[in-house]
Amino acid sequence: MFPVKELKRSALISLWFAFLTFPIMVIKVNPIERTVDWRWDNMYFVAIGSFVISILSKVYLIRKERRSGRKKISRALTEPFMQRILREPRFLYPLSLAILVFAIAFPYFFSTYQTNIMTTALMYVVLGLGLNIVVGVAGLLDLGYVAFYAVGAYSYALLNMHFNMGFWTVLPIGGLFAAFLGVLLGFPVLRLRGDYLAIVTLGFGEIIRLILENWNDFSQGPSGIANISRPSFFGMEMSFDGGITYIYYLVVALVVFTIFVVNRLQNSRLGRAWLALREDEIACQAMGIDKTKTKLIAFSLGAFWAGLVGVIFAAKTTFVNPASFTFLESAIILSIVVLGGMGSIVGVIFGALILILMPEYLRALSEYRMLAFGGILVVMMVFKPDGIISNVRRSYRFKKHISHQTSDQS
Amino acid sequence: MDYFIELFFGGLTRGSIYALIALGYTMVYGIIGLINFAHGEIYMIGAFTAFIVATVLSIYGFPALAIIIIAGLAAAVWSSSYGYTVEKVAYRPLRKAPRLAPLISAIGMSIFLQNYVLLAQTSDFLPFPALIPEFAFMEPVAHIVGSSDLVILVTTAVVMIGLTFLIKFTKIGKAMRATAQDKTMAVLVGINVDRVISATFIIGSALAAIGGLLIASHIGQINFYIGFIAGIKAFTAAVLGGIGSIPGAVLGSLVLGLTESFATGYVSSDYEDVFAFSLLVLILIFKPSGLLGKAETKKV
Repeated sequence: MFPVKELKRSALISLWFAFLTFPIMVIKVNPIERTVDWRWDNMYFVAIGSFVISILSKVYLIRKERRSGRKKISRALTEPFMQRILREPRFLYPLSLAILVFAIAFPYFFSTYQTNIMTTALMYVVLGLGLNIVVGVAGLLDLGYVAFYAVGAYSYALLNMHFNMGFWTVLPIGGLFAAFLGVLLGFPVLRLRGDYLAIVTLGFGEIIRLILENWNDFSQGPSGIANISRPSFFGMEMSFDGGITYIYYLVVALVVFTIFVVNRLQNSRLGRAWLALREDEIACQAMGIDKTKTKLIAFSLGAFWAGLVGVIFAAKTTFVNPASFTFLESAIILSIVVLGGMGSIVGVIFGALILILMPEYLRALSEYRMLAFGGILVVMMVFKPDGIISNVRRSYRFKKHISHQTSDQS
Repeated sequence: MDYFIELFFGGLTRGSIYALIALGYTMVYGIIGLINFAHGEIYMIGAFTAFIVATVLSIYGFPALAIIIIAGLAAAVWSSSYGYTVEKVAYRPLRKAPRLAPLISAIGMSIFLQNYVLLAQTSDFLPFPALIPEFAFMEPVAHIVGSSDLVILVTTAVVMIGLTFLIKFTKIGKAMRATAQDKTMAVLVGINVDRVISATFIIGSALAAIGGLLIASHIGQINFYIGFIAGIKAFTAAVLGGIGSIPGAVLGSLVLGLTESFATGYVSSDYEDVFAFSLLVLILIFKPSGLLGKAETKKV
């Protein structure tokens, strides 16, 4: 049964939280009418809530400890269930086919609203996969990824407004612009170590946003650019609903393309160079890998995907303004990568779907949405710091029977 | 010339506030190598606590001096408690996790705390009572340097001296320096590293709370969102000076504050932040480990 000592501890924790949240939860002042509102009932909620949560987490920890004690040996030998499925082509191909069929059939079974949300989620899948190249595979912490996304979106918005250029023309241009900017940013920051790199990219992202916000002649400032044309299908204009379905398919195609490219990249010479760079820069250079070139390619490739998604974002919403490209956005994309499991493609897809769909369906809790989002990020990290699906290194194992043979001979 | 001096003191004031927040970042980074994104929120909570306590006391008719002291103490106490709790809940279980996990946890904590204050209090801007009185002896120069500027500068200077003393000459300061140098070795010589880390969070949070109280009463209004911008600026300042170095954080903050002040005064207030971040990028390009940071040589 639950030990009394733990109950006492939980009681202390709940007292502590009651004290901690006292000024902010209980007192509410109105400085203009000079009245004080004491909301004591909030204090009881906090005390009871923290008591229950602390007991639950303790129970979880105790059970986890027992489990890991029992299964320690068998764990090391068998891979997790998901990993086994992913490695075995027998399961993998039918599974991906089923998912693809589901994705294609999605707009026929669900409403336009659902399709629209799904489109957003899939856009974040692509963004996550793009950032995954930079952060997950090459190990360069980029906190300003949203800048490239903004560049893509604004290149479509501006080119469309001034030169009336179509979606399909701008799609590669937006991607290339972003990639070019990635190289431009990459050059000066390559010498920096991990966290310095992080803050410089963060600063860079903010600079881009602030320029968009303040340079009115160029970007129309905080009011943004409206009436961007939707993509056309070989010159055909589409109805509103049709347009949404069309963009959905476009994004599905982009997701498939991205997964294909990223998967091929990860197993290529370049991908292995990135992994080596992430693990140890000095050793990596000693093996004859050109550090500068490898890093720059990672930066520009990551930026390229963000640019592509940016163009699609502008086409989807037909409106862009700087408020869509804040640091919070970068943080969300980074959370997708880390939450899903760094370097793992399936993990990133799961991460994006969970993180983007969850707030949408939590809309019932409307105002508690972001509170829950923050809380879930913390809880997920505390209980599963490797992400939902951690990336397992490719490794070679000696087969048992070979060692038997050698021992027989000797 | 008056204008120049005004901007100069404005920059110093701003820089002092950044320094109070930046110290928390740099101390935490120096010890556990984590960018504590929730630190800006701790500062915001400090300002809010001070606001609530000060308003309640002024409604019940306490004298001004008592209000300043009690509000300041309350802000420091509650901010430190928040800092301590955040570390225990969100960072301590992740000590041995991959490097990015605590960072995401910190970002989550920051979003959580922001929305917690937003929901429990309000999203409006609240008028902060002017706690710092206008001194009579400042009258002749009041158009250049306000009384609150003076108070902020003096308080910051006192706090810095106190902190330097704490780190250099006390037992806990010694333990902190030891932990920052080598955590494993610190454990081996009998330092309770967990307690040192908690102490770091508590001290950093208390400093941030003082900063929050001062800036809120200087500007005269607060909002749940103030922590975010201030946090990013202060972190920039810490990196500018060389993260992990305490004098570096102060120097970086002052440089940042002055740059922003002059950029606002002579160029345009719209591009204030652009100047701040451009300065950061430029300095890091030429001095990749910050102004006072040690260049790290890695042995193989």
